[in-house]
Amino acid sequence: MEFIKETNPIPDLRVKIGSLSLDNPVMTASGTFGYAREFERLMNLHRLGAIIVKGISLHPRHGNPPPRIVETACGMLNAIGLQNVGVERFIKDKMGFLGNLNVPIIVNILGDSLDEYREITERLGDSPAVAAIEVNISCPNVKKGGVAFGTDPAMAAAVTQAVKEKSPVPVIVKLSPNVTDIAAIARAVEDAGADAVSLINTLIGMAINLKTRRPELANVVGGLSGPAIKPVALRMVYQVARAVNIPVIGIGGIETAEDALEFMLAGATAVQIGTANFINPRASEEVVEGITEYVLQENLPSVRDLIGALRVD
Amino acid sequence: MIRTGVGKDPLLRRPFSIHQTTSQGQIQIYFKVVGRGTEILAHVKKGENLSVFGPLGRGFRIAESAPACLVGGGLGIAPMLFLAKKISQIKKDCSQDLIILGGRTRSEVEPLMKDFEQLDIRIATATDDGSYGQRGFVTDVFTGHSLPVDCSVYCCGPEPMMAKISALSKERHFPCQVSVESVMACGMGACLGCSKPTKSGAYAHVCLDGPVFDAEDMVWNL
Ligand SMILES: Cc1cc2nc3c(=O)[nH]c(=O)nc-3n(C[C@H](O)[C@H](O)[C@H](O)COP(=O)(O)OP(=O)(O)OC[C@H]3O[C@@H](n4cnc5c(N)ncnc54)[C@H](O)[C@@H]3O)c2cc1C
Ligand SMILES: Cc1cc2nc3c(=O)[nH]c(=O)nc-3n(C[C@H](O)[C@H](O)[C@H](O)COP(=O)(O)O)c2cc1C
Ligand code: FES
Repeated sequence: MEFIKETNPIPDLRVKIGSLSLDNPVMTASGTFGYAREFERLMNLHRLGAIIVKGISLHPRHGNPPPRIVETACGMLNAIGLQNVGVERFIKDKMGFLGNLNVPIIVNILGDSLDEYREITERLGDSPAVAAIEVNISCPNVKKGGVAFGTDPAMAAAVTQAVKEKSPVPVIVKLSPNVTDIAAIARAVEDAGADAVSLINTLIGMAINLKTRRPELANVVGGLSGPAIKPVALRMVYQVARAVNIPVIGIGGIETAEDALEFMLAGATAVQIGTANFINPRASEEVVEGITEYVLQENLPSVRDLIGALRVD
Repeated sequence: MIRTGVGKDPLLRRPFSIHQTTSQGQIQIYFKVVGRGTEILAHVKKGENLSVFGPLGRGFRIAESAPACLVGGGLGIAPMLFLAKKISQIKKDCSQDLIILGGRTRSEVEPLMKDFEQLDIRIATATDDGSYGQRGFVTDVFTGHSLPVDCSVYCCGPEPMMAKISALSKERHFPCQVSVESVMACGMGACLGCSKPTKSGAYAHVCLDGPVFDAEDMVWNL
């Protein structure tokens, strides 16, 4: 047999999230990448492992009054208020462009009741371009006095089950870090049928303006994101990865390939890039490039060899 | 949008208007130090590299056949130069046009005058303390001039001033455009952080739909 020498080897970066195969482990985080079209002329969207779009609700939401964002040390607080066009217009206006991309599209959904989660999943189910659904469970449950679904294992499991029943595609449950024991929530959603978990969503924080003696955000509190939250996110990914058997997707303060690889060592199968997209629109593509280089340099058979490969004595 | 540092703090880019451009492809911004980002920017040395992302958004739309009245207050004077130059380039006759510039005191207005004076457009100035030009506000200058009936108004400055100029323009049936500010994270429509309430009830996004808007669409929160 002839020996073929590869001159330009393409490293194996493929990972699997449930039944969904990705070319590489890098996705964009919901709410930080618009509906992807915004980035079309700034980067090569086809280099991404998957695209996760802005959270979609059953009905359109106008969002919170301004100011909605404020910068804090090495991070930012946001209280956008889940502004989005609603599922109908999303399918009508945004899905066409997304469906024509040769990249898996993951739709992030939110609701304020189990019925809403169910209904929106059903509507998306008819759309062949939806590769997976990511469920934001950090939203308040109106029927339960506004307690976030994601802070209670039983409620988190109920949402997961509701979406799972209606979804023809893999379901990723996005965990809230604003809980005492994130591993317990992760186990609850795994038992309820989740195909994967992603974490972390933003940490609730606040900022005060001493001069005006007012909160910086009109909503008073907001979600903290960016490099400031990376250590907390790494710890939570590490804990959750040891508690569940389904894939874990790491999110929180990832700006570079080094950051992403640390999350993989902690147990993440894939990662999402959020706030970094605002500072460098090519951030996610650069993370893919950096991971490629690392895998080549380290002569790894595949990027999968890094998942959970943290050395702890 | 300009990155003022290379590290993680300050993290986000800062939005600035283009003050003027040169034929050699340079862009100039004119800014005031108000916090960490602008402080760092003020110490950037000649020859240093800065990460700049732009131009972004929608600028003033120039009504070529209508007399123009440009109103700039405080730092709102900065983007008016770019507009004034554009107007003097594309319009054949600027004899009916007027530029009104104002600030709290002399130092906010005088340093910018040289560039404006090179254009062939009338200028009126005002300062709150009377240290430069007429004593009072740009709104006083605006009401004090008999502007042509088909005049188009272009305005940038503090919100109370823009609200007043909008109202005065409406009274006289002048179309008025305003350039508004908002905190920004991305500058490209991805974060939805830069919202401004509009008359339609929905929020507009300053980075994408603006920063220039038709004054009559805006809701002023004073
Ligand atoms: C479309 C647009 C065009 C602009 N053009 C110019 C310009 O040409 N020249 C110029 O000097 N500035 C301009 N600004 C304002 C400039 O972006 C802010 O002054 C700058 O972001 C402050 O950064 P900082 O890190 O120094 O201040 P920070 O540390 O972020 O804040 C310090 C103080 O400044 C206030 N501040 C922060 N951002 C703004 C803002 N966007 N508007 C008003 N106050 C703010 C804060 O409330 C705080 O009190 C523009 C803003 C926008 C949205
Ligand atoms: C402006 C903004 C909007 C966001 N919107 C959503 C959203 O709609 N749904 C969601 O699940 N997460 C949302 N997030 C959370 C991010 O997807 C991500 O979990 C978080 O920002 C942490 O990652 P980062 O530090 O890389 O930004 C948003 C974050 C930001 C900064
Ligand atoms: S600054 Fe991000 S949408 Fe306008």
